[in-house]
Amino acid sequence: MENLISIALDSIFVGNILLAYFLGMCSFLAVSKNMQTAAGLGVAVIFVLSITAPTNWLIYHFLLAPGALSWAGLPGVDLSFLKLVLFIASIAAMVQAIEMIIDRFSPGLYAALGVFLPLITVNCAILGGSLFMVERSYTFSETVVYGAGSGAGWALAIISMSAIQKKLRYADVPDGLQGFAINMITTGLMAIGFMLFAGISL
Amino acid sequence: MNGTLAKPWRSLRKTKSYKDVVLAMWETNPISKQILGICSALAVTVQLKTAIVMSIALTLVVAFSSLIISSMRTVIPRNIRIIVEVAVIATLVIMADEILKAFMYDVSKQLSVFVGLIITNCIVLGRAEGFALSNPPFRSFMDGIANGLGYSSVLIGVAFFRELLGSGKLLGFQVIPNAFYDWGYVNNGLMVLAPGAFIIIGLFVWLEHSLLKKQ
Repeated sequence: MENLISIALDSIFVGNILLAYFLGMCSFLAVSKNMQTAAGLGVAVIFVLSITAPTNWLIYHFLLAPGALSWAGLPGVDLSFLKLVLFIASIAAMVQAIEMIIDRFSPGLYAALGVFLPLITVNCAILGGSLFMVERSYTFSETVVYGAGSGAGWALAIISMSAIQKKLRYADVPDGLQGFAINMITTGLMAIGFMLFAGISL
Repeated sequence: MNGTLAKPWRSLRKTKSYKDVVLAMWETNPISKQILGICSALAVTVQLKTAIVMSIALTLVVAFSSLIISSMRTVIPRNIRIIVEVAVIATLVIMADEILKAFMYDVSKQLSVFVGLIITNCIVLGRAEGFALSNPPFRSFMDGIANGLGYSSVLIGVAFFRELLGSGKLLGFQVIPNAFYDWGYVNNGLMVLAPGAFIIIGLFVWLEHSLLKKQ
């Protein structure tokens, strides 16, 4: 149990998937101008990561890992090189399915975050979450916690960024720095801030 | 330039490919102008060697995926084109990953998941969708190479400063002499960590914007 809590806290704060591992930057920079859309995209990412990480764990452990196909009578087969293709295919399929389910059961929710779902399919953070899960050999429960935690960390970063950008609009930013450059430097300062969490022991 | 080289160079400059290459490298540089593909860019810039390997991998993946998709452009149905593009790109990235694991195992361990993340790199999909689908194969290949080179220049630039300032080395060789350390020079630890990359790339883009404005 402590292991799960420490993975959750690590993925939200110290090992924040955006501020420490640089994943998900494209949509982070594009969408952080407006607090509403940032919050919507953040929630959508939490949703998608919590669902796709465990699904990909199942795919990896029952189809691809060395020795995984022993239930089908093929214990010597190692298909782990196919993980990239299968992960991205499953992510695309799951996001499409999530979009259809949300549209069917909750038009309000669909209006709020449905427009982001196609954007999320190619978000590096989603594929990155699954790949890190494989690399760190998490168990199923650890993967669920890691997926939700990474999504929460990403959402925290994008919401903080949109708040800071609101303040930056009143600042006197030099011409060359406007737009991309000042956003990058701000993200760097946020990353330094998040690194402070490494000193906290629970 | 002497006379024998000047004439072919002048006619080379007039070709469309040359114009595309220059355009992609300077004015529409993928990272600063189009703000694409930074995802995997920064994590590998801790060392110059990993940045160079990543740049080569990405340039080859963009070029060949554009080439393949451009060759197939007349037979891909409109409504599943994204799936086809992602399938082609994923296959090429798997090949790149396996080649890296076979021939440069220690570097592939350092690059860890970031080679796989080339699939979701906006540049690759962006060029396939935006250029390869409506242009002939050779020009798509050159466009891929050009965009890859533009991306590589920023990546290698950031990595150069991060490794130099963060550990005093370049490509593993000690560059800053020991005398400097004796006088009190200390490696900048922030450069090796995540925030260093963000700050360096912000400064880079500031420099690029200021230079382009003057033109």
